[in-house]
Amino acid sequence: MPEAQNRWFMGWGASIVSLVLSLASALVLFSVLLLTSGKNPLDTYASIFGSTLGNGFGFSEIFVKMIPLLFTALAVALPARLGLVNVGGEGQLQLGALAAAAAALAVGAGTPFWAGIPVTLVAGMIGGALWALVPALLRAKGWLNETISTLLLNYVAIRVVDYFVFGPLRDPSSSNVPQTTKFADGFLWPAFAGRIHIGIVFALAALLLFAVVINRTRWGYEIRAAGSNPLAALRHGLPVTAYILIILCAGGALAGLAGTGEIMAIQGRLRPGFSPSYGYLGFLIAWLAGHKPLRILFMGFLVALIATGGDSLQIDQGLPSSTVDILMALCLFMVLADAWRPDRLEVRVRSWLHRKNGAVS
Amino acid sequence: MVGQPPAGTILLETRGLSKYFGSLKANDGIGLVVRAGEIHAILGENGAGKSTLMKLLYGYYQPTEGEILVGGAPVAVHSPRRGRGLGIGMVFQNFTLIPAFRVWENVALFLESWGTDRRNLVDRIASLSQLYGLDVDPLAFVRDLPMGDRQKVEIVKILAAGARILIFDEPTSVLAPHETENLFRVFDRLRTEGYAVLFITHKMPEVLRSADRITVLRKGGISATLPRADADRNLLVKLLVGDQSPDWSDAGPRRRSSVRAGAPALEFVNVSCRTDDGRPGLQRVSLSIQPGEILGVAAVSGNGQEYLGDLVLGLRPAAEGSILLGGKDLASARPAEVLRRGVACLPEDPLRMGAVSGMTVRENLILGHQVSYWKAGGWSPDTKKLETDAESTLMTAFVQSPPSLDARAGNLSGGNLQRMVIARELGRNPGLMVSYYLTRGLDLSNAQAARDLVLSHAERSMAVLFVSEDLDELFALSDRLLVLHAGRVAGTFEPALTTPQAVGLLMTGAAHA
Repeated sequence: MPEAQNRWFMGWGASIVSLVLSLASALVLFSVLLLTSGKNPLDTYASIFGSTLGNGFGFSEIFVKMIPLLFTALAVALPARLGLVNVGGEGQLQLGALAAAAAALAVGAGTPFWAGIPVTLVAGMIGGALWALVPALLRAKGWLNETISTLLLNYVAIRVVDYFVFGPLRDPSSSNVPQTTKFADGFLWPAFAGRIHIGIVFALAALLLFAVVINRTRWGYEIRAAGSNPLAALRHGLPVTAYILIILCAGGALAGLAGTGEIMAIQGRLRPGFSPSYGYLGFLIAWLAGHKPLRILFMGFLVALIATGGDSLQIDQGLPSSTVDILMALCLFMVLADAWRPDRLEVRVRSWLHRKNGAVS
Repeated sequence: MVGQPPAGTILLETRGLSKYFGSLKANDGIGLVVRAGEIHAILGENGAGKSTLMKLLYGYYQPTEGEILVGGAPVAVHSPRRGRGLGIGMVFQNFTLIPAFRVWENVALFLESWGTDRRNLVDRIASLSQLYGLDVDPLAFVRDLPMGDRQKVEIVKILAAGARILIFDEPTSVLAPHETENLFRVFDRLRTEGYAVLFITHKMPEVLRSADRITVLRKGGISATLPRADADRNLLVKLLVGDQSPDWSDAGPRRRSSVRAGAPALEFVNVSCRTDDGRPGLQRVSLSIQPGEILGVAAVSGNGQEYLGDLVLGLRPAAEGSILLGGKDLASARPAEVLRRGVACLPEDPLRMGAVSGMTVRENLILGHQVSYWKAGGWSPDTKKLETDAESTLMTAFVQSPPSLDARAGNLSGGNLQRMVIARELGRNPGLMVSYYLTRGLDLSNAQAARDLVLSHAERSMAVLFVSEDLDELFALSDRLLVLHAGRVAGTFEPALTTPQAVGLLMTGAAHA
């Protein structure tokens, strides 16, 4: 029996066809929901895509949203290659932002940008990494599964940020709005082309680094081996425990950068609720993309597009903006369910042909 | 129960059945006749096309040419479900049960419809299992059952679904010797009741023990079909491998010429350890192996042999006693250090413990000494070295038709995976090899090649801790034999000075040394 069969469904073309079919079926299912609430699906899709792809400002906003999403997707994808499920992107993002804000406020005005931006980067990464350290330690000890601990710490993280923003870091001059003072100019991430900022360079660099480390380096090899079969990895002398600690913290650091970018480039100060669930959307992207670098780029764009378009739904269609969450969930289910996976497609076509040809039964 | 057709009725027939994968003819013009009340063995080497044939019959693959007839009429078995509907049931090598479910729940899952009356189904399972001597408790959890019993659940499952033709894929590969004998008794019972049993294997003694009719496959085609009465070992070997048949008659206990004097390669001094749940695993075990020596360990599974390797590799701490590797104490050395000191291991379950199924063969071949395959401190893969080494390493254990280096390890057949791990472990030229069930899943010629490979390394002073359940193999290869029973050493022997019967009695605890 041949070990690897050269069949048509192994190719790239087939997996793209499969992906398009999955996303299309999500759109069809979503149409049903729209019809039940009395909306014309075509109008809704025209609104989502028209406000983003057909509009210069909307188009640039896709990339603005893509920056944090790429970071949070990587924060999930990297640990996932080691077999870890990091649902804590949102909390790590919050703590990254908090650490960056604290650093910027502590170092203070007059810092030049060539020192200020690195300070925010380092602080943001440390904040995110520390928030991931607790789940990492618990998991490395074998005490608690990281899926649960990272998820639950998200809710704690939001309260921690609240505490500082309402308390020690609160801008005394804004009596009614809880927020920090504006950061000094040296710490702010510069923007170009609308609101697209320097973070896009950092995010793409992180994506490239991820691709190189996972696919080319020895550590990537060891991570993939330990992720696929931890027992075999352990038996062959790989430091699996050390990898759990380092990789989960590295994921936290990446999510921390997402939060840092949001406050340093978009908000200019730290205030509660600055992240519209970028951490969870990153999780969605990573799983849609199967934790593969190039697909993360594509799926990141797609999710950013839907999220951006969702903002216009409220205005154009009078639908709650959270309606698009349903669409995203449907996309995730359809892709993860793999209903259109090429080999399954082949089986279906076959059995359909059999029925059609009236095979003897 | 449906009335069975009289013995001898043709239940299943194939005519010119062929399956091609690209240019490879996995099955070529197979004509097979399966009768009620008959045990039909399909015998073949690895890659002879046995599994492909079974998958065609069960509807997992579609034939490229030819036809399948059930009850005399040609049918299209376009899916396993259709196969089930036609009364064809399959027991796979890896069972398809849910451990967390009870037996009856697993059966219920498999049936198209079973109503909702739990009591009824439980009774049906109980009566089926009694009728065929299966002895299955419908209320037991599958996770609590040993492999042999799980297989019985599989059988009950397909019987309950109304199968008339039962196909077994390498049914004995997961069974202990006494479980194997039980299975054959079940076969006999099924024959009496008019079922057709089709089982594929590469183990000749099993065929000779249980089959009524034997079909030998070679290179995708049928090399012969003959009744049991006409078959003997020599004839079957000839049919299996063609004219260049290997030297099957064992050369007897091997000479100890390669055993070197001096410090032992491995020494256990009164070593004890605990199982995962804290019970005694090994108790005061002492042993030593010289360089170039093969120490055979004879034990029925579950008597502590699995801990020997774990202890040597640093995966499990010794509760007391000391382990010396090349004269130096191994106390609390980590696996990475043990490997650096020249220890290799063929684990008892290569797929779970020795390979990464999602990675390619090439990537698997460097597991454990991957450090030397990267330059620039780990940033840049040494592609050239990887290519040449992978190729040559693999060739040592594959006499013919090695798998592609780009194949995923998880897609390899059991035999090829075993050979891949053997190739990798011996490719390091280790000073000590811990080998579990060296020839498990290997056919005649590959088993012989694997034994020769280990022997040739031993000639060059590799020490071998050789754990096996196959007494013939232990007697043929070992310089000395150690019998393990209930975690204790039950005796140590020169193979020439004892008999398999004496060792067998010690292994099972039926006698004391």
